[in-house]
Amino acid sequence: MLVAELPSIRDRFRALTQARLLLGRAGQGLPTRALLDFQMDHARARDAVYSPLAADGFADLIERPVIEVASRAKDRQEYLQRPDLGRTLDPGDAATLPAAGGDLAIIVADGLSAMAVHAHAASVVGALLARLPDWKIAPVILARQGRVALADEIGAALGVDMTVILIGERPGLSASDSLGAYLTWDPRPGRRDSERNCVSNIRPPHGLSYEVAADTIVSLLKSARRQRLTGVGLIDDGRRLSP
Amino acid sequence: MPRYHADLGGTRHAFDDLRAVLAAASPARSGDMLAGVGARSAEERMAARFALADLPLAALLNEAVIPYEEDEVTRLIVDSHPAPAFSAISHLTVGGFREWLLSNAVDGAEIASVADAITPEMAAAVSKLMRNQDLIAVARKIEVVTRFRNTIGLSGRLSVRLQPNHPTDDPAGIAASILDGLLMGAGDAVIGINPATDDTDTTATLLELIDEIRLSCAIPTQSCVLAHVTTTLELIRRGAPVDLCFQSIAGTQAANRGFGIDLALLGEAHDATRGLDRGTLGQNVMYFETGQGSCLSANAHHGVDQQTLEARAYAVARAFEPLLVNSVVGFIGPEYLFDGKQIARAALEDHFCGKLLGLPMGVDICYTNHAEADGDDSDTILTLLGVAGVSFIIGVPGADDIMLNYQSTSFHDALYLREVLDRRPAPEFETWLQNMGLLEHGRIADHLPPTLLADHIPLLRDARG
Repeated sequence: MLVAELPSIRDRFRALTQARLLLGRAGQGLPTRALLDFQMDHARARDAVYSPLAADGFADLIERPVIEVASRAKDRQEYLQRPDLGRTLDPGDAATLPAAGGDLAIIVADGLSAMAVHAHAASVVGALLARLPDWKIAPVILARQGRVALADEIGAALGVDMTVILIGERPGLSASDSLGAYLTWDPRPGRRDSERNCVSNIRPPHGLSYEVAADTIVSLLKSARRQRLTGVGLIDDGRRLSP
Repeated sequence: MPRYHADLGGTRHAFDDLRAVLAAASPARSGDMLAGVGARSAEERMAARFALADLPLAALLNEAVIPYEEDEVTRLIVDSHPAPAFSAISHLTVGGFREWLLSNAVDGAEIASVADAITPEMAAAVSKLMRNQDLIAVARKIEVVTRFRNTIGLSGRLSVRLQPNHPTDDPAGIAASILDGLLMGAGDAVIGINPATDDTDTTATLLELIDEIRLSCAIPTQSCVLAHVTTTLELIRRGAPVDLCFQSIAGTQAANRGFGIDLALLGEAHDATRGLDRGTLGQNVMYFETGQGSCLSANAHHGVDQQTLEARAYAVARAFEPLLVNSVVGFIGPEYLFDGKQIARAALEDHFCGKLLGLPMGVDICYTNHAEADGDDSDTILTLLGVAGVSFIIGVPGADDIMLNYQSTSFHDALYLREVLDRRPAPEFETWLQNMGLLEHGRIADHLPPTLLADHIPLLRDARG
């Protein structure tokens, strides 16, 4: 056989799926290279989960003022075990938010991958701002140890009509730097996930490009403003959306 | 007035109700802390265990953790409890029940003879007094055998669910993963796809794909697309080749409502699937998945700890005589099971409680990238469960599920476990592997030609060139 055939067949099968197929065996176990490849991918994902959010220079990158806040989760360990704390603002920070109102607040949060924020958030924010010249947009908020619903309390404190939170998604083995965007009309604590819309997998070049992501988000924002809602009831381009 | 207490070293530890004793007695885990029901100190946890140890089993029958009037799972547990079978163990306390289960005089058949009389709360309670080795020692006594086109759960056997998921449900990609699994001796529990979407047409296409592979290669196994039960009912109406009906289930009526199901719907699905009469050796047609934390996640936990609620899901399962049940033990994330230690404990509890209640119990040994766990933890849990006699595990190419984005066990992992514990595939499937030339001296043959089965799979004929 056939051992000689294996590489070419493996290549053809792998064109059909990203699954880890036809890895070969050492006894019952994995060949060394396949073992190390898997562990490397997991190591990258672990590093992404524990990567600290670096705020320095973010305001310069987006050429806008930035307000830094934190959730009540004091560190990663607590963040991972207490999602309720990641959804609420540190009490000291809540008071610093200006209740100036506006059409939209853009919030950037580490979520489960600050690496995703470092790689993509400034570019997405820039692309959004460029597409919304006439909107009154609150100062950009940079949130540590934040979950999606943290945007509800922030949006309510700012008094804005709508929030979009750009947040690091849970790292997979194949991608550690995927950014998600969640939109919420009339943000206030207690909003359900079914009342949001999501654009996920923002991660050029393998996932969504900044341009496509920003176009999609802006289209949703405009539809949401017209219909005064987000979530399962929102109709965008004539289509009813899933959250 | 607290109704349960333990006096230890001059301190009285009091607990308001049965829920509180059970929750405080549970080994530490993040989900119970998140719910605010876990023990507040290590000593309080022990006090709860002392209180639990002296509690008569009958007390667990007499006080519902969730009121009978509010919850149909409680009603199922109470209304189906057989008093005559219970008489064999009704004199025991929870602590005495632990010793009875461990005793050399009590074998698996005797445990099985009282399984129907063991409520989930009794199983959960006794598990909280058991160390990991107790959970293993008792579970390995119990043999639960189920049948559809082959025989699952015989002692000395280990079956594998072949899980060939694909992020866009691409049939050729899924077929390639199925081929890889079959070449590695996986698929005797079921060839089961989690569809990326619950769309009825897609689900039908995938069912037909597996059915065609199964028939063209004459594989003695069953197929399943793990869609919502209402989708499967629609597929049955359309005449799709449904072998097994899948559903995720939980231990409270409210959590099940969150899954879009109730007991009546499960009953309807069970009857409809059985009515197809596609099993050749038996008519166990249901496949259930569960997992600690699902009730809390659905905000439907009623102040009950997550392990007791998980055991209640098994009462739902056993009402429908399933072919397969597995806990997806590390999938839910670190806010429910924080690290490898908590996941391992939960895996052993789930397997033990399921077997004790008479279920064909497998485990999806898995972890997400934000849990404090890795492949070494998986290996440990896999080996522990193998010793405990787990009926089946999951097989995913390279342990990496590219659709659900988590790490499960691999085809390699199953071969490892079969090797080190001398376990064999389901007998009918083993014969098939032999006839196909896939087995050599009891092991998967080295240097198998991947073309061996690809010839039988139309979608792959082109790919092999």
